[in-house]
Amino acid sequence: MVRVDGNGTDSLIKVRNLDKIYKRGGEDVNVLQGLNLDVAKGEFVAFMGPSGSGKTTLLNLLGGLDLPTSGSITVAGDEVSRMSGSKLTTWRARHVGFVFQMYNLIPVLTAFQNVELPLLLTGLSKSQRKQHVETALALVGLDHRSNHYPRQLSGGQEQRVGIARAIVADPTFLLCDEPTGDLDRKSADEILTLIEQLNREHGKTILMVTHDPLAADRAHSLLHMDKGVLVEAARVGEVR
Amino acid sequence: MKFLPLLFKNILRKKTRLILTIGSFAIALFLFGILAIVNNSFNGALNSMAGVDRLMVQNRVSIIQPVPQAYKEKIEQIQGVKTVTYANWFGAVYQDEKNFFPQYAIDEDNYRQMYPEFKVSDAEWKAWQDDREGVIVGEKTAKRYGFKVGDRVPLTGVLWSPEKSWSFNIRGIYHADKPDEDTSQFWLHWKLFDERRAFGKGTVGWYIVRVNSPDDAVRVSKEIDTMFANSSTETKTQTEKEMLAGWAKQTGNIGLMITIIGSIVFFTLLLVIGNTMAMSIRERVRELAVLKAIGFTDTFVLVFVIAEALLVALIGVAIGLGLLMLALPGIEKALGSFLQFVFLPPQKAVEGVVITLFIAFLAGIIPAVNASRLRVVDAIRRV
Repeated sequence: MVRVDGNGTDSLIKVRNLDKIYKRGGEDVNVLQGLNLDVAKGEFVAFMGPSGSGKTTLLNLLGGLDLPTSGSITVAGDEVSRMSGSKLTTWRARHVGFVFQMYNLIPVLTAFQNVELPLLLTGLSKSQRKQHVETALALVGLDHRSNHYPRQLSGGQEQRVGIARAIVADPTFLLCDEPTGDLDRKSADEILTLIEQLNREHGKTILMVTHDPLAADRAHSLLHMDKGVLVEAARVGEVR
Repeated sequence: MKFLPLLFKNILRKKTRLILTIGSFAIALFLFGILAIVNNSFNGALNSMAGVDRLMVQNRVSIIQPVPQAYKEKIEQIQGVKTVTYANWFGAVYQDEKNFFPQYAIDEDNYRQMYPEFKVSDAEWKAWQDDREGVIVGEKTAKRYGFKVGDRVPLTGVLWSPEKSWSFNIRGIYHADKPDEDTSQFWLHWKLFDERRAFGKGTVGWYIVRVNSPDDAVRVSKEIDTMFANSSTETKTQTEKEMLAGWAKQTGNIGLMITIIGSIVFFTLLLVIGNTMAMSIRERVRELAVLKAIGFTDTFVLVFVIAEALLVALIGVAIGLGLLMLALPGIEKALGSFLQFVFLPPQKAVEGVVITLFIAFLAGIIPAVNASRLRVVDAIRRV
């Protein structure tokens, strides 16, 4: 269930009266204004809206990469908006899987080593890490390319590695920012199918920012943002 | 340990730059080593803790002016004097002018006990005493020219009596326990020298006096110089350490100049390295931001970047030291004629390593702090 009226209960992600103000050229810019959001566990939510509407800022705040000016964000009972820098970093490692538009793989590491990165922060042994990485790579269909470097992979394959890296530590939810924005239609469809599969078969809660209506169609819920406000929340079928 | 592959992969990402950076560190340390060797050579005699209970008595005018041999008995009469010996500069060359090493005609009776730091076996000493043309050679000179006990060594360019044959039999090789003791000397019999020289008979080059206690040194020095004051040959007496300090002062300016120039080059090199390292970090800002996004802490990024700088420096240091060790025999061969104590003192090697690593740390700390303070959202732009 996704709500934007601030009345949700038992939500995995709970956002209340969220404000984010940036200083630009000495002026305050209200990027997010009194935003409320509830996302239940296992949801797949797409955010759409014009550039500058605050989608990415919202994702940054939900992912603990930035702190709000006011308001609160609570994820699985943890109030993220009150966490200090190092605590927030640790929280991110445990709860958030990031999928970036530009994949952001480390070019000098193989697919295996890129996927292994989040696990280096855990207490897992080498063999346990290996097992987790192999599982994640198999899940995205790249177990046969684990020793390839990013430059040896296609864009779609790179994004699959990015997704494997995002899920390998079994985070509470995934944040995907334009995951298909840099891909051709065929690769984009494959990636969206994979994301859908992660949500449907593995119960992952997914929040995705996209400009692509076809990508948004894959989500359960679609939220439109405009000038820092969530203006609509609807089940995808209802919107169309 | 689990982060080591990441560390190595990062430093290996641009191999040409890595090789150049490591090479710069290696050359910097190599240069530092050479400077340390030169500097040590100029000051080595002082470092060797020349005897504080040994006095040098020389002609007041200059050390190259002789002192009457008759002074010996008079000096021995002074209260507090334990032993007196004497020596004279011989100043010849072996085969070629480049092959120069210090040669002294020494007093057979007391010279050995005056310098206990120079160790020669009793059998070799006895063999030397029994052979008028015998010599004892320091191990450094013996090694350099391949001299062995039993070899006959002709010397040329002898000022004292050029027309005479000056060939010697090597009867012994002396050693020293410490590397900064002078093992380059060549000792011939005083009697032979005095007998064959064409001029200067009845004089010695200088006296060496051992006093009963270092506390007597100042008083005895004064008494010796007072004793010969207003004579035709006045003396200048000082402790061996003072004399060497005076010598070091004369040559020290050269050492200082070399050190200053070398230090400037050394630090300039390291500044360039620092800039290169900072550049390599700047290129990876986005990657570092990704690491932070997925849960690597600011402290981790800080330590990681510094560790990279230190790892590169460490490899450079190891190569630099290795090269220095390999080059040392060559350096000794090339500079051995006019520099003594051609070796790298261990404490200087440690100093060089510490300075280089410290500079690498300084080079890494600024980009490391910047990387650790990096705002992920700014660096990635988009999540």
